[in-house]
Amino acid sequence: RRIMATVSVCKYYPGGFSFDNCKRNALLEADISKLGFSSPAARKTGTTICGVVYKDGVVLGADTRATEGMIVADKNCSKIHYISPNIYCCGAGTAADTEMTTQIISSNLELHSLSTGRLPRVATANRMLKQMLFRYQGYIGAALVLGGVDCNGPHLYSIYPHGSTDKLPYVTMGSGSLAAMAVFEDRYRPNMEEEEAKRLVRDAIAAGIFNDLGSGSNIDLCVITKGKVDYLRPHDVANKKGVRTGSYRYKHGTTGVLTKTVTPLNLEVVEESVQTMDTS
Amino acid sequence: MATMLQKFPSSVSTLNDYNALYPDWTQREVSTGTTIMAVEFDGGVVMGADSRTTTGAYIANRVTDKLTPIHERIFCCRSGSAADTQAIADAVTYQLGFHSIELDEAPLVQTAASLFRDMCYRYREELMAGIIVAGWDRRRGGQVYTVPVGGMMTRQPVSVGGSGSSYIYGFVDSNYKPAMSKEECLKFTAEALTLAMERDGSSGGVVRLAVISEQGVERQVILGNQLPKFSTV
Repeated sequence: RRIMATVSVCKYYPGGFSFDNCKRNALLEADISKLGFSSPAARKTGTTICGVVYKDGVVLGADTRATEGMIVADKNCSKIHYISPNIYCCGAGTAADTEMTTQIISSNLELHSLSTGRLPRVATANRMLKQMLFRYQGYIGAALVLGGVDCNGPHLYSIYPHGSTDKLPYVTMGSGSLAAMAVFEDRYRPNMEEEEAKRLVRDAIAAGIFNDLGSGSNIDLCVITKGKVDYLRPHDVANKKGVRTGSYRYKHGTTGVLTKTVTPLNLEVVEESVQTMDTS
Repeated sequence: MATMLQKFPSSVSTLNDYNALYPDWTQREVSTGTTIMAVEFDGGVVMGADSRTTTGAYIANRVTDKLTPIHERIFCCRSGSAADTQAIADAVTYQLGFHSIELDEAPLVQTAASLFRDMCYRYREELMAGIIVAGWDRRRGGQVYTVPVGGMMTRQPVSVGGSGSSYIYGFVDSNYKPAMSKEECLKFTAEALTLAMERDGSSGGVVRLAVISEQGVERQVILGNQLPKFSTV
């Protein structure tokens, strides 16, 4: 009697993303500080971002400060990202994460739009963003305000790093979101006119800029309506660099010269170029 | 908002004092604090939920809709992590829709509950989701199935869930009577949710109700000032 015994040991591949390195990194982070070094801080957009649905569309707003720890890394960064001609997305959290995530979804949405032959819908962008962020279980630190106008009207979503979304008429995100939300809760009305909506968003971002340390500089606005987008950057330069009242320049001859030695260096100039530093 | 939503080890956070720059609620995951409830009656089910979503001490959404449609006459109440429950509900909606097309008939509430259970049990270590599945089908009428954290699934005539449910077990156990009418169930649910919202900090906002029966789905909202009043000292 022949017995066919098939003992197959199927290795069970659990599948899914492996987050083991994240735990390792957290332990390394703790060890590094014991040795006296500090790991480079990720550049974050401290941020106040917000959006509001009004009569003809949506208005998105953002401040323009990017921080690295307690230092301002960029005084005029752009936080309102392009997703598609009718959809824009503000990003708070880790600057690199918001930038790359919105670019990836923008790219995929363009391909999707070519495949369907239709203008992309805000709900589609929302689905793509939430499914990606959920897949990475919150390790991609991108908190987004997604707004746009499509065939079903104006839509506004807030998207959290773990992948949960809320569809609301007005939303705020970022470290200055409480200040901005206070302004919205006071003055929001359904079906506002464009000027009123722009004023409301501008004031909400201003509340974040002046009351939150993580937000600052200028206010950018993006007004999206059916068929038209107004990208107003900057809409309001709320923080102009001041002019010094006094001058600390000393007159020539203030410091007495004791000796002077000139040593010529015989160099051949091969190429000369001037690069100016943006000190604005 | 902070990147790593896990807390930094105390040695790191005190050295760089990240926690001072970014308030607590930017580092916490979004959770539906919640009180959810569902009751069977002869001919259908009544489902109810509060409307508060919190990140730490901040209310991220004060008008959340936690009663999510899975199919025409099957809804689920979501509690726990907002991201987890939204993702699970989307996946189950897809699976049930596909299954319904294959069957060419309306799916059973038990099928929907089983799909939730399969997902919640398989990924029980990674997920934080407490779900109540309720609806109407031709075979068994109105049914309520509860799938708490851990992935158990059981049918109950009345089910409560979420952080606020602890405060109303006494009320529910003493006030529930079998064979209540639709209107009695609505009143019972609204009162129970009101009491929970009153005592639980993570529950609040408005009361959302849904009645599912053979005729379809009727949805209502009870605003804050219209909630039933109980005398409290």
